[in-house]
Amino acid sequence: MDLFNLGIRSIFIDNMIFAYFLGMCSFLAVSKKVSTAIGLGAAVIFVLTVTVPVNWLLNEYVLKEGALSWVNAGLADIDLTFLRFIMFIAIIAAMVQLVEMVVEKFAPALYGALGIFLPLIAVNCAILGGSLFMAQRDYTLAESTVYGFGSGTGFCLAIVALAAIREKLKYSHVPNGLKGLGITMLLTGLMGIAFMSFMGIDL
Amino acid sequence: MSAETIEKKPAEALLSKRRKKLVTDPLIDDNPVTIQVLGICSALAVTTQMKPTLVMAIAVIFVVVMSNLLISLLRNTIPSRVRIIVQLAVVATLVTLVNEVLKAFAYDMYKELSVFVGLIITNCIVMGRLEAFALGNKPYDSILDGFGSALGYSWIILTVAFFRELLGSGAVFGIPVYDYVSGLFGPDFQLATNGLMVSPVGAFMVLGLLIWVQRTKTGYVEH
Repeated sequence: MDLFNLGIRSIFIDNMIFAYFLGMCSFLAVSKKVSTAIGLGAAVIFVLTVTVPVNWLLNEYVLKEGALSWVNAGLADIDLTFLRFIMFIAIIAAMVQLVEMVVEKFAPALYGALGIFLPLIAVNCAILGGSLFMAQRDYTLAESTVYGFGSGTGFCLAIVALAAIREKLKYSHVPNGLKGLGITMLLTGLMGIAFMSFMGIDL
Repeated sequence: MSAETIEKKPAEALLSKRRKKLVTDPLIDDNPVTIQVLGICSALAVTTQMKPTLVMAIAVIFVVVMSNLLISLLRNTIPSRVRIIVQLAVVATLVTLVNEVLKAFAYDMYKELSVFVGLIITNCIVMGRLEAFALGNKPYDSILDGFGSALGYSWIILTVAFFRELLGSGAVFGIPVYDYVSGLFGPDFQLATNGLMVSPVGAFMVLGLLIWVQRTKTGYVEH
């Protein structure tokens, strides 16, 4: 039941976009059409669900203080935490490449739909952020998988909702200086207010 | 200005007009945050107070300038197929350096910024400058370009932080301005702070309005 609560928390309350501003760049750039937003959202869910647990394994068995003691008792006092950034980003880049190859081989239709979004995800801060939060909050393996999936879903939900609004926005008369980024920021703020109402829910 | 025209030797002046433009363009006309829409994530996350924002700005300036320099020095030896990995490795190393320095000398700040220092790695300004400039230009020019972009980013996040801290917590750099002001008007007078500014929503609103003001001034219209 805790896992379920964690999932709900990471989708609505600790939403990647509205609570931590992670992945804002692609959130703003790829939210002009609903169909592409769904593509990116799906790719983010996928990659987060895979990379967070993989990085958990890496953190638990290689990087943490004393993590290497399973190899040899003499290695027990080695602390490789400072390598966290470079290892996490390497794993993410490698996993994205791997996922891209697997999807291309076994699901060409999905590959065509995701297209350019898969490689772009390697530098999406929501992905790295997910792994860093996982390490900071000391999740277990099961928790980090649920957390990865939940925060990916939260991102997907946010970007699809914004894209739907922006499609309608095309027909409105927005002041020149506000066109594009300006009005989108204000919109995101208003959507954030809606998401704030979830904060009252005690999980 | 006249000194510049005289110094038209084969070696370009240390701060020629073209080089000055590299630094000044990203400040207003081609600002990375408000015009190019890069690096928004961290621009919003750390800006509840001025102090962490200043630390973040310094960290970003350091990382952008140094990574631009390193990649520019390496530009002729990096095969273009693996350049992204090389760039990520260089940036991640620099960010690790910043993180360790913060941990050693400013532990409170390190706790407060938490994961957002690490997220400089995926800050699009860093990768954007490396891809667009450092890969094709000489080291000195790349340093100037990186410095300009990082400075353009810095003043935007500091402005956002100024408004968020002033309106949200009634302070600037931790100095309780609101308390001083209300002290002038007697005990019954109290300036109210706005909790919305401290929440993420305030960041979106302040940045949205800042973009509006800035774009109206430069006349930039997005289509």
